[in-house]
Amino acid sequence: MAFLDRTARSFLLAELVSGMALTLKYFFKKKATINYPYERQALSPRFRGEHGLRRYANGEERCIACKLCEAVCPAQAITIEAEPREDGSRRTTRYDIDMTKCIYCGLCEEACPVDAIVEGPNLEFATETREELLYNKAKLLENGDRWEPAMAARLQQDAPYR
Amino acid sequence: MSLSTTTEEPAEGGKRTVEIDSHAINFGPQHPAAHGVLRLILEMDGEVVERADPHIGLLHRGTEKLIEYKSYIQAMPYFDRLDYVSPMSQEHAFALATEKLLGIEAPERAKWIRTLFSEITRILNHLLNITTYALDVGAITPALWGFEEREKLMEFYEAASGARLHANYFRTGGVGKDLPAGLEERIGEWLEGFPKFIDDLEGLLTGNRIWKQRTVDIGVMSPENALAWGFSGPCLRASGVPWDLRRSQPYEMYDQLDFMVPVGRNGDCYDRYLVRVAEMRESAKIVRQCLDRMKPGPVKVADNKITPPSRAEMKRSMEALIHHFKLFTEGFHVPAGATYTAVESPKGEFGVYLVADGTNRPYRCKIRPTGFAHLQATEFLSKRHMLADAVAIIGSLDIVFGEIDR
Repeated sequence: MAFLDRTARSFLLAELVSGMALTLKYFFKKKATINYPYERQALSPRFRGEHGLRRYANGEERCIACKLCEAVCPAQAITIEAEPREDGSRRTTRYDIDMTKCIYCGLCEEACPVDAIVEGPNLEFATETREELLYNKAKLLENGDRWEPAMAARLQQDAPYR
Repeated sequence: MSLSTTTEEPAEGGKRTVEIDSHAINFGPQHPAAHGVLRLILEMDGEVVERADPHIGLLHRGTEKLIEYKSYIQAMPYFDRLDYVSPMSQEHAFALATEKLLGIEAPERAKWIRTLFSEITRILNHLLNITTYALDVGAITPALWGFEEREKLMEFYEAASGARLHANYFRTGGVGKDLPAGLEERIGEWLEGFPKFIDDLEGLLTGNRIWKQRTVDIGVMSPENALAWGFSGPCLRASGVPWDLRRSQPYEMYDQLDFMVPVGRNGDCYDRYLVRVAEMRESAKIVRQCLDRMKPGPVKVADNKITPPSRAEMKRSMEALIHHFKLFTEGFHVPAGATYTAVESPKGEFGVYLVADGTNRPYRCKIRPTGFAHLQATEFLSKRHMLADAVAIIGSLDIVFGEIDR
C-alpha cells in the first residue's frame, strides 16, 4: 500500500503541485514589501545612522572637546583639535569624521559625556564622491541642526536604558 | 596545475584525433554561488570534478592583528564583521573569553538576553544559509520568503542594539543596554507564526524531488571523516556525531534549557539541510523559554572599572565620571593569562584564544573560524562529483568568507 501511495504521489507530482499551491496561497496574501522611498519602516530609537553635532537650546554647541569619542573610536575615524575660545571656554577648532572609515559601532555616542556627538536616524547620505564623506565640523553641526528634533526625541526615548 | 590542453594531431588520411585533457576552471571569486569571495580552482574531467582547490585570502583584513592594537572595548565590533551573518554569536565568544580572564560573570538577565540573541542569530544564519543554498541549487522562492523572516529578526537586532547587522551589543560583563520595553512581546508575537513559516519552507524543499535529486547522496561525509577534517556544528551533526557545545560544555544558560540536538544519519547535503531546519525549530523553542524565564534586573556587572556607569550617575557623581573617562580612553585591564573559549555559533565551534598580558589590550587574539575547516573539505567532498554538485556542496557547508579570511 505504501508502495502504491508513493508511486501515485510520484506520478501525480504531488510535492510539486503542493509547492505551487503554497506559492499561489502566498500570492493572495498581504504584501510584505514596501514602496521604499515613499514608504518606510519605523526605526528604533537606538538606530545608529549618520552623525551630527548637537547644540544646546540657546545655540551654544555642546561639544567641549574632551576627545573621548576620538579616543574610543575603533576605526580612528574622528580627528579633533581644540583651543580655548576668546571667552575662555574650551571648544573644538576642528572636528572631522571620516565617514568612509566609520563602522557605526555607536561607541562615540556612548562615550560622549554631554550628548554632543550623536548617531541620528538618517541613513540616506550616500554621495557621488569620496571627498563628500569626509565630514568637517561645519557639516556635522549642520547635520545636528537639521536632525535635532529627531535626535532629541530619540535620546529621550532611550534615556531610561542609558 | 594542468591547464586546458587540447592536442590536435595533424590530419592523417582525413582522420583527426582530438584528445581532451582535464580543464582547470576558475569558480569565483565573482561567481554568485561562491558565497562571497571564494576562488575555487576546479580541475575538470568533462563535467566531473577531479580536484577542487580553494584559494582564500581575498577578504583578509588582518582582524587578529588589529585587535592586538585595540582595547577590549574597541575589539568587540571587529567580531561582528567576521561571520557577518551571525554577528552576535561571535561577540559572545569574545565576551565570554574576556569575562573568564577577568573572573567575572554577567548578571542573570544579561545571560538570558545573550542566550536569546544567540538563538535569534542561529535562526538568522540558518535562514540565510538554507535559502541561498536553495537558490544556488535552483529554487528561488525560499530565498524571497526567507528574507522576509530575516527582516523581522533584524528588526529585533535593531531594536536592541541600534544596528541591523553589526550589533556591538554583547559587552564584557553583560550587554550594551537592556532590551527596550515591548521588544520581548514583539519577539513573542513573531514566535507564534514562525513554526508555520518553517512548515511552509519545508513544504517547498524537503519533499521536493528536484531538491532531493540535487542534494541526497551528494558530498557524503562519514562520521570518522567529519571528525578527521575538523568539522563542527550542523555539518558534524549531519554526519551523525551528536556534538554540540551547548550540550557538551554548557555556557550561559544552556544547562537550564530544554532543547534537543538534531543529528543526521547520512552526512550528505540533504542531511545538512535537514539538521539546520530542525535546529531552527529547536532555537525557536529556546527563544520561547528565554522569554518566559527572563526577569527584570541589571544587565551589566556593577563594577564600573569594566562597564560604564549609567548616564544619570555619570552626570551626578565625580567618581562615576572618572570611571566613565577612564573606561572610554584606556579601557579596562585584563590580568595576564590565556584562555580558549568556544561557543556553538550557528556554523559550528567558534573559538577565541585570547592571551592577555595585564594591559588594556590583548597580547594575542587567535580566532578559530568555523568555516575554515569546512572549506578545506571541499576537495574531499566534491571529488568525482559533477560541477553542479560542487555548488550544492559549498552551499551545504555554510561558508562565509568574513571569518575564513579574517
